[in-house]
Amino acid sequence: MISAPDVVAFTREEELGDELYREPPLPEEYSVPLFPFAGHGANPWAKVSSSKFSRDFILISEFSEQVGPQPLLTIPDDAKVPGSFDLNYFSLRIMSVDYQASFVGHPPGCAYPKLNFVEDSKVVLGDSKEGAFAYVHHLTLYDLEARGFVRPFCMAYISADEHKIMQQFQELSAEFSKASECLKTGNRKAFASELEKKLKDLDYTRTVLHNETEIQKKANDKGYYTTQAIEKANELASVEKSIIEHQDLLKQIRSYPYRKLKESDFHAYEPEGTLDQAGTSSEQDLATSDPAEPGEMHLYSRLPSYTPKLIKAKPAKCFDKKLKTLEELCDIYFFNQTLDQLHHIERTFRGDVCYLLTNQISRALLKQQSVTNFLFEDVSFLEEKAPENQYRGCQGLSQDAADRKCSEESPAPKVVISLGSYKSSVECVPIKMEQDMGDPQEPSMTESITFEHQENLDYLDADLKGSISSGESIEVLGTEKSASGLMKSESQASLPISPSPQVGRSKVGSRRTVSEDSIEVLSTCPSESLIPEDFKASYPSAINEEPYVDDEEGGLRFTPRLNPDNADEQEDVSNQENLAQIDSACCIGKESPSFLEPLPGLGQKQCDEDGVVRIPPQPYRQAEQGLHGSLVGSPPCDGAPGGLLPHELDSRCPTAGREVSRTSLDECSDSTSYISSAASTCSDRTPSPAHPVCLTNERHKKKAGQNALRFIRQYPFAHPAIYSLLSGRTLVVLGEDEAIVKKLVTALSIFVPNCGAYAKPVKHWVTSPLHVVDFQKWKLIGLQRTVSPAGVGVLHALSRYSRYVSILDADSKTLRCPLYKGTVVARLADHRTQIKRGSTYYMHVQSVLTQLCSKAFLFTFCHHLHLPISEREPEESVVNRRMNFLKLHLGLANEDVKIVQYLAELLKLQYIQEPGQGANPLLRFDYVPSFLYKI
Amino acid sequence: MLRWLIGGGREPQGLAEKSSVQTIGEEQVQNPYTELLVLKGHQDIVRFLVQIDDCRLIASSDKSEGWSILEVKRLVDHQDNILSLISVNDLTFVTGSHVGELIVWDALDWTKQTSECSFWDSSVQPDAQTEIRLFQSPNETSVRHLASDEENVYAAVGKGIYVYNLQMKRVIACQRNAHDSSVLHIEMLPNRQLISCSEDGSVRIWELREKQQMPAEPVPTGFFNMWGFGRANKQANQTKKVQENARIHFLELVGDLIGHSSAVQMFLYFSELGLVTCSADHLIILWKDGERESRLRSLTLFQKLAQNGDL
Repeated sequence: MISAPDVVAFTREEELGDELYREPPLPEEYSVPLFPFAGHGANPWAKVSSSKFSRDFILISEFSEQVGPQPLLTIPDDAKVPGSFDLNYFSLRIMSVDYQASFVGHPPGCAYPKLNFVEDSKVVLGDSKEGAFAYVHHLTLYDLEARGFVRPFCMAYISADEHKIMQQFQELSAEFSKASECLKTGNRKAFASELEKKLKDLDYTRTVLHNETEIQKKANDKGYYTTQAIEKANELASVEKSIIEHQDLLKQIRSYPYRKLKESDFHAYEPEGTLDQAGTSSEQDLATSDPAEPGEMHLYSRLPSYTPKLIKAKPAKCFDKKLKTLEELCDIYFFNQTLDQLHHIERTFRGDVCYLLTNQISRALLKQQSVTNFLFEDVSFLEEKAPENQYRGCQGLSQDAADRKCSEESPAPKVVISLGSYKSSVECVPIKMEQDMGDPQEPSMTESITFEHQENLDYLDADLKGSISSGESIEVLGTEKSASGLMKSESQASLPISPSPQVGRSKVGSRRTVSEDSIEVLSTCPSESLIPEDFKASYPSAINEEPYVDDEEGGLRFTPRLNPDNADEQEDVSNQENLAQIDSACCIGKESPSFLEPLPGLGQKQCDEDGVVRIPPQPYRQAEQGLHGSLVGSPPCDGAPGGLLPHELDSRCPTAGREVSRTSLDECSDSTSYISSAASTCSDRTPSPAHPVCLTNERHKKKAGQNALRFIRQYPFAHPAIYSLLSGRTLVVLGEDEAIVKKLVTALSIFVPNCGAYAKPVKHWVTSPLHVVDFQKWKLIGLQRTVSPAGVGVLHALSRYSRYVSILDADSKTLRCPLYKGTVVARLADHRTQIKRGSTYYMHVQSVLTQLCSKAFLFTFCHHLHLPISEREPEESVVNRRMNFLKLHLGLANEDVKIVQYLAELLKLQYIQEPGQGANPLLRFDYVPSFLYKI
Repeated sequence: MLRWLIGGGREPQGLAEKSSVQTIGEEQVQNPYTELLVLKGHQDIVRFLVQIDDCRLIASSDKSEGWSILEVKRLVDHQDNILSLISVNDLTFVTGSHVGELIVWDALDWTKQTSECSFWDSSVQPDAQTEIRLFQSPNETSVRHLASDEENVYAAVGKGIYVYNLQMKRVIACQRNAHDSSVLHIEMLPNRQLISCSEDGSVRIWELREKQQMPAEPVPTGFFNMWGFGRANKQANQTKKVQENARIHFLELVGDLIGHSSAVQMFLYFSELGLVTCSADHLIILWKDGERESRLRSLTLFQKLAQNGDL
């Protein structure tokens, strides 16, 4: 049975398809299944999105007690970004899923109002109609004048791509928590000073009242109290009560940080060094010394100068007063910090989800290779803080792998989300927005699901019933609440339809959301107790999926859909699907030891024949540490000669295995890559920097790649030049024109191995004579050639040290350097390459260099290659073994040996370097003759 | 080389510069020093190095104080300033002076045993025609440094190196133009290698070789051809050979170390640990055997691996 919304969805698609299929009157055998939406955009992978905004943005909304949900600001603060997207409307929706079940005010049985320190809630919401999906972070700020002292706010990351939100949930959560914590820290400070001010007012009022009473008492000699006197006394009493209450509040708000710090998962807001230098000083200092603060804030902080006011007995009407703005609610300094953080988030998550994921994966993998990663990788990422990556989403390909991982991983002490790992699973909860619909359907739900989301349902119902009366849909795709620890037993109930939704949910699946009248909750929940058997057995009735045309592909394709009516019918299907899914997951586990291995079989119907990879990369799962340790003693190293063939070895290279050879081939590297079905492919054209610091790097890479490409095409002697760089022989680019020289240096810099975790040993432009120290420090130098006597001096020095350098004369296009007859550089710099784009070529270079790195790693850390096996073994036999390994096992020819030897030397130096001291800049050289190459 | 650089590569053939000094190409098979480490600590000319033990040394630069002298006895046989002094054994010491005199003294009675005062004369003999400059300035004849082993005294005279045999009491081998500029320090290594450093900023490694020569053989050309010494375009035939019982000695250049940009004042030899040179460019450079260092690093690496428990 298919419900009405589904029918709508299908018919609409077919209609569109038919229109296009009618046009080409091709014979059947030639008809290529055209992409139905080809006319809409150049990118066939772009999902036709109904979203009205052009790119992702962040929205801050408030549930105002006066006017209801209202948007406050967007980041980027540009009216073009939301476009025609109705922010008011969306605010209404995201705020209506507020988590505020908390009670603030006078709880029963308590004499004083209690501040409730509510945890933020993190929810993923989807609005299918608007084509918008949002990570929503709810938080409350304190405001003395607000009802119940609280002002509910939310920050939402809004994207048209559901996958992005779901897959980046953890990252978003962590980043938004930082922002929230910053905001709340500022708010507590502001609130405390507001309380202090109020206390002063009250104290003053009490004094005034007291005096008045005394005067009255003195004036009154009749022996009984006038009504006036009694009124005054009452007023005094209420002021005194109010003082006590406020003092109590002040105490509460001040004790907050200490209470919170005891909790293990609390992530105290710590200003980051880059954002603020002043942030290191204490909050108190900031408040009083920050010159940027407006006068008003000074008033708050400079309490001694505050003149108390008399407080009238009757408070102003709720709607009369003007509520404080967000800026007023929290200290301006912290407000700006928060904005900075939000801008940072916006930049970080910009772009396609695949891009983000691949970047995260490669980063995480590179982080692991602590021994070799300094050689050719960006310095910037190595300096990044680790914790971010430590708890990357662990959505593994296979269920059991993920489980194993979860059991391995102990709860992290400093993660924002206290649970070390998450698995997205999908729950479907029918939450009615319309009053009349709530009753008939809810009972049909599985009991435990209802139970699990009881708290959500409660407030959802409470809130929504009042505010929304239309029949619109809203989906809660994920809540963090549902992941709290107390639900250990219930977590089985959260049905993990797909262990990795990014694999599972197809394009069609994500379009299911056209349903008109239901709220769907896709929850991210803890996965400790999730094993495949669990979801087979439990609550299949809550899932159902759209039958797939191409089910035989074994796709991990799930279309979680709430449809209790046809639950029974779908049960079988879902079970089958689960089985299929587990099977394929297992297969994946066996077939591809590499996490990155694409799954061609899972490609979508329209595209898999092109060999286009349709499966977005999986979020990286941290593998076991101690990689190098285990590798050192591993069989390939200890084995007898002949134990490991070169191609075998290749496949073992950590990141440079088949993957590289498959994707780095010239013919395909420019045309395709991982492209997801994500909507943001078309909506977000801005290049996506995975990390802000990489923004410039990204550009640099592109430029360097482009220049390098030009270099290898232009100069027939590119190979010996590159060999010089790779083998640690300084290359001097000599030329009159600074721009040309710098360009060449930039181009060649991508081949220069780093000597340590510092900047690349590249000097773009030198005008003074070179010195032996320079060759020790720099491996690539741009040198000015002038005709002046000073210039002759420069050349004299160069000719003197000619044995240490290769010289590329940019003016006459000649090169003087040692001979190269190896094969590695030929692969690295093929002048007939079909690669056209700089960034692609850069990646190609990186992959070849990574392969070299892995060879160097093996060579360096193989015990028997450097130490005699027995005590009596002569040194020559060790040397022979070493050369044999390099030539036969690593498949290195001629001069390639020297490249690997040099890299190995760098690895050694880096490894044995004591942490305190910098790496000793050694100059290693060979006495080899140089040759002159001409164009 | 320089011409190629200046000429923008138009004339690569002119790589070999016209110079009277013997050169060795970039291919130096016997040169063990394939790794260097520059120590940059001094602010002024580093003039003197003192070896403390097998692997430590002290460097003294121009800003340090002088040396104290314990006993002075005046010997008045030199015509000019005595620039170098060395004790060969308990009974003998040798001095060299600015004008090129070398005097071997008896250490017991302070008497002159023998002296050699005309290095340039004695060396001109075999090919006087090629000698262009007959008048040499004292700078080019001053005995800057002396070294010795049991049988020979090695003298750094001007730009050249002379080997003076104590028994035969005459120069048995020499390199008249060993360097571009004055040789400042020489030392004999146990493996019959001789290292010299010079004001031209280079360090050269020589090997004292001897060869039985057929008495009837014509002297110079045959010798060079037989040894394939140097290439055709190289002007390398400065080797001084002395025939003694049909044995000739000669100094062969086996390598040079280029690193300093100014006069190399002195060096210390730490056997297989390497060589330390100090120079007027304020630098001290450690020259090491790259192969050996690489091996040692591997050793350290595995030690550290074991320490970290990664092995």
